[in-house]
Amino acid sequence: MSAVRCLSRGLSSARPAFQIRSLLIQGNRFYSTNKVAQFKGAKNQNGNYTVTFIEGDGIGPEISKSVKDIFAAAKAPIEWESVDVTPILKGGKTTIPDAAINSVKKNLVALKGPLATPIGKGHVSLNLTLRRTFNLFANVRPCRSIAGYKTAYDDVDTILIRENTEGEYSGIEHEVVEGVVQSIKLITREASERVLRFAFQHAEAIGQKEVRAVHKATIMKMSDGLFLSTAREVAKDFPHIKFSAELLDNVCLKMTTNPNIYRDILLVMPNLYGDILSDMCAGLIGGLGLTPSGNIGDECSIFEAVHGSAPDIAGMDLANPTALLLSSVMMLQHMGLNNHADKIQKAIFDTLAEGRALTKDLGGSSTRSQFTEAVISKL
Amino acid sequence: MLSSRSLAQALSRTAKASNPRNVALSAKRAMATVASDLVKPTKYGGKYTVTLIPGDGIGAEVTESVKTIFKSNNVPVEWEQVDVTGVVTGNSHPEELFRESVNSLKRNKVGLKGILYTPVERSGHQSFNVALRQELDIYASVVLIKNMPGYVTRHSGVDMCIIRENTEGEYSGLEHQSVPGVVESLKIVTKMKSERISKFAFSFATANQRKKVTCIHKANIMKLADGLFRTTFHEIAKSYPQLEVNDLIVDNASMQAVSRPQQFDVLVMPNLYGSILSNIGAALVGGPGIIPGCNMGREYAVFEPGCRHVGLDIQGRDQANPTALILSATMMLRHLGLDNHATRISQAVYDVVADGKVRTKDMGGNNTTHDFTDAVLKQMERQ
Repeated sequence: MSAVRCLSRGLSSARPAFQIRSLLIQGNRFYSTNKVAQFKGAKNQNGNYTVTFIEGDGIGPEISKSVKDIFAAAKAPIEWESVDVTPILKGGKTTIPDAAINSVKKNLVALKGPLATPIGKGHVSLNLTLRRTFNLFANVRPCRSIAGYKTAYDDVDTILIRENTEGEYSGIEHEVVEGVVQSIKLITREASERVLRFAFQHAEAIGQKEVRAVHKATIMKMSDGLFLSTAREVAKDFPHIKFSAELLDNVCLKMTTNPNIYRDILLVMPNLYGDILSDMCAGLIGGLGLTPSGNIGDECSIFEAVHGSAPDIAGMDLANPTALLLSSVMMLQHMGLNNHADKIQKAIFDTLAEGRALTKDLGGSSTRSQFTEAVISKL
Repeated sequence: MLSSRSLAQALSRTAKASNPRNVALSAKRAMATVASDLVKPTKYGGKYTVTLIPGDGIGAEVTESVKTIFKSNNVPVEWEQVDVTGVVTGNSHPEELFRESVNSLKRNKVGLKGILYTPVERSGHQSFNVALRQELDIYASVVLIKNMPGYVTRHSGVDMCIIRENTEGEYSGLEHQSVPGVVESLKIVTKMKSERISKFAFSFATANQRKKVTCIHKANIMKLADGLFRTTFHEIAKSYPQLEVNDLIVDNASMQAVSRPQQFDVLVMPNLYGSILSNIGAALVGGPGIIPGCNMGREYAVFEPGCRHVGLDIQGRDQANPTALILSATMMLRHLGLDNHATRISQAVYDVVADGKVRTKDMGGNNTTHDFTDAVLKQMERQ
């Protein structure tokens, strides 16, 4: 497993060659600076990085404990700063407490467990609030088959980047007359360029040779057309990376038929398509309990488990911490701590592959703490 | 036949089953009169005239297969072929041919159609496929996704039916650039069209002895647009207490579709999600080459492969799988009341697939389109 490319190796590895190039071509750039979303955090006086920890609701605190225990055992140079993000309404808008915002702004990186959005209280989804507060413009979603958990597909290894701020999620909707609703999908060159540039840089960082834009420009000629033409422009800045484009229909069809063909292609797409396809890819390998996710912003980045808070099994020591663990591995890679990331990732995959300490959702009978112990013993 | 729940029987039953209800609800109805959606075309000289649009890509090859099979089976259908194309050829008049195809369909009320290519680059040119559906108001797309006996894929026991709103939603074609670099694309959802597609789905499910209807949406994000679709669905559902009803968010539905597709029965959804789920669904059971489909409206019915792929990449190589179009054509025969012909042809197709000796490339064989057609012809002789 670990011989294969790791989930998102070196999000931040410095690329001097690229820096020089970008200086040279700055003249014809319309938006971007040299390197999108590079981690700029610094170590504290103990030689550790401080990371904000949003433990979340339901099973959140338990699976967060697994991460803390495993990080301690692996001697990762991380100090956690736990914060509460229970939403508050400020001037009619949903927001999170200042303490949490300040913590993330100071530490520049956070790990987040599942959050339950309170229903029917006029709250915008907390995840959306976080994305907006910290301007997390790209969502990175790797998916890799887990040896030890058999599904109809055993050869999945995809990586997908989703535009996270606009598109169908603009929230601009209105009822024109009774019974007629318009919902506006907003595509801007600026946001498109930012996520596309990040996609190309990420491809460079993880050694992916091809970037493919997924679109529906046959139907949405102007909006998806703008995304696509921006992609072609950005691609010119990365001549060593192949660029291609594919219709959303086709990707759905081929991904479900044979996901193996996307092994060497990084997919990048507007918001809704990314939402659907990333969950679909998770379905190929066994669900959201096994897939990590990273939300990347210019300043801060938040890594998270995208599954629900499972209040029905909260506190019962039954939850599977894999998604949050793999997200924490992505976080380490983003911070340039690749050795620790590799070590922890290998321990997780080995434990899963061995299949002796699987949690109930994976068909095993172990508890969360037994699984955590098994991972620690592999370190 | 795959099973007793074949689509076309279903469609005619849909009409009958919903008749009494129509009367009761007619006061509330706008355009959603399912019964009158299924007016049969008239027969002239013992034959039905059917508009045939081969389409681009593999269209010519697979329609040839259908024509050959119909001819050898003496099907009382006369084709009125219109070679409209979405490919830019230089000196042709695509718009004129498009008008001609629409007029032909309006005359004949029923058509068999391949897929027309839509160029990405040409601006101001709407997809002919979409324009045709909007012009004829063939609002309900029906896509049948079911494992074919004898052809093993990663998933078994899949039997779902996707009912997709065909005329609005993300395919409205309304877009503009507010300032350079900022584009708005309008998704339109109306109560009336949400209502009629929901009614169609429920009538279809009732007529086919289906158990469950699931509404697919993204109402957690598009609270007004998809919210309207979902609310309308649940309102209509109250008239069908015998059916199980639920709704699912589209990303979750896609995830469920690739892991546990057996849970789905009849699915109803706005336009774009239909495109996504019919492609995922097609992949589950063997690809676009075997998925039949149709588009139903109040007056017109156009039958076309359910998973709408042009197949430009394999055009002219005699590799295409004609199954999807043949099965769509048999659905059309049932729509015309030519059930015996339909059964004979579809049975032969299923037998050839089950037999497994003659298979096109997409199904893992190396036979040509012609080989497959010949095999179907031989199988029909044996019956």
